Amino acid sequence: MTAFAATRATFARILSGPGGIVGTVIIVLVVGSAIFAPLVVTHDPDALDILNRFSGPSAAHWLGTDNLGRDLYSRLVYGARVAMMVALFAIGSALVVGTLLGMLAASLNARGERLLLIVFDIISSFPSLVLALAVVAVFGPSTALVTAIVAVTLMPHFGRVARAQMLTLRHAPFIEAERLIGASPVRIALSHILPNIAGPLVVLASIDIPVVITIEAGLSFIGLGVRPPLASWGTLIYDGYAYLSDSRVPVIVASAALAIATLGFTLFGEALRDAVDPRLDREGR
Amino acid sequence: MRETLRYVASRLATTFLIVLGAMILLFALSALVPGDPATALLGPAATPEYVQRFIQEMGLDQPWYRRLFSFMANVFVGNLGTDVLSGQPVTQIIANVLPYTFILTFTSIGLAVAFGVPLGCYAATHRGSLLDHLLAFVSVAFIAIPSFVIAIFLLLIFAIWLDWLPVMGAGEAGNWLDQAQRLILPTIALSVGWIGFIARLVRSSMLETMGENFIRLSRAYGLSNRLITYKYALKNACIPTLAVLGMGVGRLLGGAVLVEIVFSRPGLGRLMFDAISTRNFPVLQGTVLVVVLIFVLTNLLVDLSYAAIDPRIRRQGSR
Repeated sequence: MTAFAATRATFARILSGPGGIVGTVIIVLVVGSAIFAPLVVTHDPDALDILNRFSGPSAAHWLGTDNLGRDLYSRLVYGARVAMMVALFAIGSALVVGTLLGMLAASLNARGERLLLIVFDIISSFPSLVLALAVVAVFGPSTALVTAIVAVTLMPHFGRVARAQMLTLRHAPFIEAERLIGASPVRIALSHILPNIAGPLVVLASIDIPVVITIEAGLSFIGLGVRPPLASWGTLIYDGYAYLSDSRVPVIVASAALAIATLGFTLFGEALRDAVDPRLDREGR
Repeated sequence: MRETLRYVASRLATTFLIVLGAMILLFALSALVPGDPATALLGPAATPEYVQRFIQEMGLDQPWYRRLFSFMANVFVGNLGTDVLSGQPVTQIIANVLPYTFILTFTSIGLAVAFGVPLGCYAATHRGSLLDHLLAFVSVAFIAIPSFVIAIFLLLIFAIWLDWLPVMGAGEAGNWLDQAQRLILPTIALSVGWIGFIARLVRSSMLETMGENFIRLSRAYGLSNRLITYKYALKNACIPTLAVLGMGVGRLLGGAVLVEIVFSRPGLGRLMFDAISTRNFPVLQGTVLVVVLIFVLTNLLVDLSYAAIDPRIRRQGSR
């Protein structure tokens, strides 16, 4: 089966259940808004219109306006862009670094392997949000910092899975054959083992997306993540929450958007996991 | 016996290393606070003489390795330093709010187990029923939606719209009813995700156990279905639940930070948040360390009891 046919078969399996369909529709909407944000918004997300603050949903402002009269729909669309950027960079770097370290751990001697596993354990033993608080307190809040913290805390997930997968593959006949014809260990690892362990790692990456969205929104909600005036779902929820006595619309709309997005990515991730391998280790999730 | 001892020893050593790593990290972070720490803490109004005295009192003129050593030595005897703003020991400040976070965390775990285990059991024994399908969807939703979003919705619906429950703060001291009422919504917000999670876990591990040989054998012997389900299958299903609860404490503490802020409840989360807003690094450092300690010790406790219940764990050693 070619890679293309295999991908198509996986997608067909994802779309075979209601959860997979709902999840796919939601993530197409979220990712689509993130990519085409300037094309789908109706207003400049930062344009102030103080006279029209807290106006309810109308033809001009589909979801109403916030405490500074900014268009909520347009801000939510740009919020999707922030969430997707953080998820992309955080999970991307955690995936690359974690996989390389995990494969390194599997190829090292027992002592080196144990050392790397202890490093993974130490990182996982920090409650990640609390670690984020300590780091943000020192360096001040920023989007880049949030991304880096999330990447570091997710890295051990990928490291452990990559190591475990590589250990099961190491003595597979086709790998032994490569070794016998004199292929270098690096070449074997990168061009023969990596493609064969990619499946579970991609599944893990997709299951981590809602986790990252939640951390970013949570930190931004308490003012320790994305800084205003940049629109993030977390800062939108905070703005709505702070002005709850004036209008309930902004906080409801922003919270609902975040809830729908995390639900969509979770449904998609679980459908993908079941499609790739129904018995894949769930790592306690 | 030797295996058990070796397992316990290796878990203790890892725990010690993790705490050590946390202390070094926190110390390194405190050294990275931009600007000189004395003026950062005392504010721009402090006189140069006062800054000088402060630097000497805090030992900030010492080389870094001496400061690291005295920091660690102090932590081991339970001294987390003094809060410059209020003059109180950091340990005292933490001890004042710790009960609030503990109550919230434990009631949430309790609620999650009380609802999650029976729901999972029911779904496993009535596989394919309407409730099983409904539960499958609802638990994904519960797991996926962030607890602070659930907190905000609960606040909107039950406190503002229906006006059923008082929220904000932990309630008057000594007024038990008021305190209990103010605990309800935060507890639900924190435990909803875990109810879904535990229900799913109990369901899948019960189904897995039900297919195993010893269950089939008990059936062949003619043991009653009820006995098999509740005595054997449920007991085995509890092992992964226990492990997850250990991990859960850390996530619950993280979630509690946000939920405490939504409901303006005092607690460790609120304390960390306030310490960051006022740039009070000693308090933040101490609180983070306490949270890490709680987290690591719970994990240790869970791992050890896990090994006591399931002998297979000991034999594997620590991975």
